[in-house]
Amino acid sequence: MHDHDHDHGHHHHDHSHDHDHDHAAVVQPHAPPAKDEKIHSYHQVLGLALKELLIEKGVFTPDEIRKAIEWRDSITPAMGAKIVARAWSDSAYKKRLLANGTAAVKEFDHDMGALHLVVVENTPQVHNMIVCTLCSCYPRAILGLPPPWYKSREYRSRAVREPRKVLREFGTVLPENVEVRVHDSTADMRYLVLPMRPPGTEKLSEAELAELVTRDSMVGVSLPEAP
Amino acid sequence: MAGALSPGDRVRVREDFPLGHIRTPVYVRGKEGVVTRVFGSFPNPEVLALGRDGLPKKTLYEVCFKQSELWPDYNGPEADTLLIDIYEHWLSKV
Amino acid sequence: MRGSHDLGGLPAGTIDKEPHDMTFWEKQIDAMNTLLAQKGLRRTDENRRYVEMLSDDAYNTLSYYERWTAALARQMIDKGVLTQDEIDAKVAAIRERLGEDAG
Repeated sequence: MHDHDHDHGHHHHDHSHDHDHDHAAVVQPHAPPAKDEKIHSYHQVLGLALKELLIEKGVFTPDEIRKAIEWRDSITPAMGAKIVARAWSDSAYKKRLLANGTAAVKEFDHDMGALHLVVVENTPQVHNMIVCTLCSCYPRAILGLPPPWYKSREYRSRAVREPRKVLREFGTVLPENVEVRVHDSTADMRYLVLPMRPPGTEKLSEAELAELVTRDSMVGVSLPEAP
Repeated sequence: MAGALSPGDRVRVREDFPLGHIRTPVYVRGKEGVVTRVFGSFPNPEVLALGRDGLPKKTLYEVCFKQSELWPDYNGPEADTLLIDIYEHWLSKV
Repeated sequence: MRGSHDLGGLPAGTIDKEPHDMTFWEKQIDAMNTLLAQKGLRRTDENRRYVEMLSDDAYNTLSYYERWTAALARQMIDKGVLTQDEIDAKVAAIRERLGEDAG
């Protein structure tokens, strides 16, 4: 089952990619300045070279790579949205989720493997925001692939130092009496923000609630949709 | 180094600058904060990064800092905080 | 004194919020890295260390997955899985192949 990303407008799986990979690879869509062109072009070819060599050496097979890519194409924030919707609907589940995220997501047949899920709750007093300043650790199995901005030097540098300014850039303004709590994900804990349930949603089913939960609200840069 | 730390303990982050794979960012080194969670013990990533097994395990703590104490020019309310996961060998009890 | 990757608190510009789907090439690099870790050939922490060892100039010039590519090449050589000669030869061969097709 392939649930669609809840972010409006933007995130769609681009299946129109030319699968003649070698050609597609050296045409980088977001072109760097001309003087670095040769450096980027070299690294694109280097990536292909490493793939071919490692296959030749039997380190992995084309099939393994294909399956790994398919997995990446399949993951979306739907799992995160389901978890949030369950927590909104079921206070006992919410308690379990906050106490031990890793165990709680097993109830959805989701195995965190070697990682640990820590769910942090937004309240009227506290707004949580997640960053990994050192690289880009992200709960991808629950939220899908991280957006480029999450991995950018601008987000990684500024989220810890001027979170409210960063939030404003995402259209999120929080009152001064709400504590903004930034989590820098430096170890094997992966953080998921449990946003506040929007008002006026009392009659919605879990599935309808899940529709309101955006990926960005689970990273903590924005709030969920209103019904 | 610290003995076991507990939530509520005030700690200071070691102000050393070893080269190598370090997961304690520069911006918290030398700063004081409060332990808010004890995550348990894990192999040391600094040593895992060398291809070794990272044993003995080290205890990982969540430490809370006031943003106004991390940044001289922090432009936000006093209540704003930063939480970060730091290994025991970077912390000492104040 | 900070490593090139230790960015927390540095001044930086506006965040580009464009979603930019990952390219197929990027997914391949990402996939290779995960496979190597899954097969126990190399830990994620090692990958990070190699990325961190890039010079400031390299770290700032290369894109996210280009950094991983550079780090991967270095690791494979250090571990004796590949040699620089093999990599250079394969790079030349691919360039020739692409050149011919474009021709």
